[in-house]
Amino acid sequence: MSDHALSFMPSEGFRARSKEVVENPFLRKSFRGAMDFLINKRVTQFPSAEELETLRTLGEQIRQYNLANLPSLLVQLEDSLTRNGIKVHWAETPDEANAIILGICQAHSAKLMVKGKSMVSEEIELNHACEAAGIEAMESDMGEYIVQLAGEKPSHIIMPAIHKTKEEIATLFHEKVEGVDYTDNVDELIQIGRRVLREKFLVADIGLSGVNFAVAETGTLCLVENEGNGRLSTTAPPVHIAITGIEKIVEKLDHVPPLLSLLTRSATGQNISTYFNMISGPRKADEKDGPTEMHLVLLDNGRTQAYADEELRKTLQCIRCGACMNHCPVYTRVGGHAYGTTYPGPIGKIISPHMLGLEATKTMATASTLCGACGEVCPVKIPIPELLMRLREESFSEPHANPAMRGQGAGYSRLITMVWQGWALVYRSPMLYGTYSWLASRFNWLTPSNQGPWTTVRVPLKPAPKRLRDLLKDKS
Amino acid sequence: MSSRDRILAKLNAAPVLPKAVPDIASWYATHRFEETTAEKVARFRGCIEFAHAEVYAVTQATWPQKLCEVLNTKQIEKLLVAPATPHGQRATEVLTETGITFRAYDQSIEAWREEMFHDVPASLTGARGAIAETGTLVLWPDADEPRLMSLLPPVHIVLIDVNTIHNTFYEMMQSEGWSGSLPTNALLISGPSKTADIQVTLAYGAHGPKELIVLLMGEAS
Repeated sequence: MSDHALSFMPSEGFRARSKEVVENPFLRKSFRGAMDFLINKRVTQFPSAEELETLRTLGEQIRQYNLANLPSLLVQLEDSLTRNGIKVHWAETPDEANAIILGICQAHSAKLMVKGKSMVSEEIELNHACEAAGIEAMESDMGEYIVQLAGEKPSHIIMPAIHKTKEEIATLFHEKVEGVDYTDNVDELIQIGRRVLREKFLVADIGLSGVNFAVAETGTLCLVENEGNGRLSTTAPPVHIAITGIEKIVEKLDHVPPLLSLLTRSATGQNISTYFNMISGPRKADEKDGPTEMHLVLLDNGRTQAYADEELRKTLQCIRCGACMNHCPVYTRVGGHAYGTTYPGPIGKIISPHMLGLEATKTMATASTLCGACGEVCPVKIPIPELLMRLREESFSEPHANPAMRGQGAGYSRLITMVWQGWALVYRSPMLYGTYSWLASRFNWLTPSNQGPWTTVRVPLKPAPKRLRDLLKDKS
Repeated sequence: MSSRDRILAKLNAAPVLPKAVPDIASWYATHRFEETTAEKVARFRGCIEFAHAEVYAVTQATWPQKLCEVLNTKQIEKLLVAPATPHGQRATEVLTETGITFRAYDQSIEAWREEMFHDVPASLTGARGAIAETGTLVLWPDADEPRLMSLLPPVHIVLIDVNTIHNTFYEMMQSEGWSGSLPTNALLISGPSKTADIQVTLAYGAHGPKELIVLLMGEAS
C-alpha cells in the first residue's frame, strides 16, 4: 500500500502522547469540562429509563437486522440510487476511494472542494490526496475548519476542536485568516468563519459530505447537522460527492426515525439536530438549485473483515454518536489525539484494528479500564467491553492459521504467554497454590524493593509473612 | 473481479444468522401518544422556541400583517418569496403596499448566484408540515421554493398551518406515505443554524439562517 497507513500514528506512541495531555492541566480541564457537559445534556434527553432501554433495544434490532441483510441491501441501495440519478462507486481501500473522488474532480477540472463533516473522508485522508493532486479541500464544519487551519486532526468525532480554547482559536484566526483582528468573542469568531466559508461555497466546484443513514428502498442519503454547512456542501456546488462506509445502510425509511432520535440525543443531548437533510437525487429539469451531478462512494476499508465474524460484526452497528468517548474515563483524561487513529475512544479501539490491522494497533484495546460505561451508554448496544476483551485475545494469542483479523498475534510473546500459563496452572491447583504461597510468605524478604513503575509512586508489594490460612490456623 | 464484486463476495461468504424484522410500529404505539391539535401546537412551540426560533400565533387573515411587522421591526427591506404559491402571492400583494421590495427565485441559481449569496436578507417559505415531538418544520423544496431559499438568507420566515403538525417524525412519514414519494431533497429544520464547536459555547448563525421565524397559523380565536 501507499504511505497512507504511515500517516496514521501507530498505537506505540499512545503512552507518550497521553502523558503530554495528562500533564497539561489546561487540556485536562478542556476535555473534562466538555465531556461533563455532554454527559449531562444526554441525561436530560432520557428522563425515562424504560424509554431509553426499549429504544436502545429497538436501535440494536434495527442495526442488526440491516447488517444481517447487508449484501442484498447494498445492491438494492445501488439500484435505487442509480434510478434516482446518483452514480455509485465501490472502494475496497482508502487509495481506491481517493482515486475515485479525484477522478470525479479532475473530470470537472475542479480547483476547490468544500467539505461537510465526514469522518470517512478523514479515514481515507482525502485532504492529503487532494493537496497532492493540486485541489484545495476546504473543511466547512466550524470545528473541522479550525482544526484544518491549525494543521491538526479532529480530537472528537462530534466536536473536532474540543481540545482548543477560544483564545487559541482567536490567535489562530488572527494569524491565519487575512484581515482578521484578534477577538476571543465566540459569536464574532463564528461570524468570521461564516464569512470566509460562504465565499468558498459561492465558488466551490465540488461539495463533499459523509452520510449518516443510506436508505435502500428509496435511495436516500440522510445527513445530520446543526450548522447548515452540510446542506450548503450538498446543495451549492454543481457536483456533490458523498462517501460512506458500507455499514451505514438501512432497508426502510421507517428505520430512520428511531436511529435519528438515538443519535442526536446520545451525541449532543439534543432532541433533534437543527437540520436533517434527506437527499434522494440531483437537481431535476424544472428545479432551480441543487447539484446537477451526484456520486456515492461506498468504502470497505476493513469493514468486511469485521463483518465476517458474528461477534466482531457488532462493531458495525455503530451510528457514530460519540457517547462512548464522552463517557470513557480514559478518553476524558488523554483526549482524542493520543490514540493516533481517525476514530478515538472506545469505538476507535474496536473499529481501528479492522482498518489498520492489529500490527499497528495491537495495544489499543488495552487502553481501557473495562469499566463498562461505553457499553452501557451505546445507543445501539454494541458490547464494547466484550469486544475489547476479544481484541486483546486476537492481539496477544499465538499466531494461528485462518485468523479472524489481519495481524492476529501481533502482540504475541512466548515468554509472557508462558508466565500466564504458569500462573493459571498454579492458581488452578490447590496443592501447587499451597506450596507457592508457603514459599512466597517464607521468602518474602527476597522481594525486590524496586518494582519498576509500581514503586515510582507506591510502596513495594510484598507477600505477608503469614498467609491467611496460617492466621486462621493460629486462631483455632 | 471489480471492487464491487469482491466486497459483495466477502459479505456473502460470511455466515450470518437471520435477524427478526424490527417492530418499530409497536414501539411508537407504546411510547408516543396521539395528542390533540392544541397539545401538539404547545409541544411544537415549546421545542422550537427552546431551539431559539421566534414563534408568532397568526391566522389565515392576520399573517401578512404579522409578516410586515416582523420585517419592519428587523428593518428588512427585501424579501425572497415564491409568487407562484398562494402564500407567496399574498405576501407580494401586501409587500407592494408597504414599500418592502420582494424578489422571486425565478431563475436557476447560476444566473444570480452572487446576489443570492450576498444580498438577500430574508426569505419566506411555506412548510409541508411539522413535528410536535421535536419542534421540527418539514420542508420539501421544489421549483417554486428551491433548496437554498431556506438556507442562504440570514432570516428565514416560515408559514405553517397548525393542522399539519404531526406527533412524531415516524407518524408523519407513515401517514403521508413518504417511502413512495420522496422529493430530491426533504428537510427537517428545528431552529436557526447553530454551533457549539468553540469551547462548547452555543453560537447562532453558523452557516444557515441566523434567525428562524415561525408564523404559526391557526384558527381565529
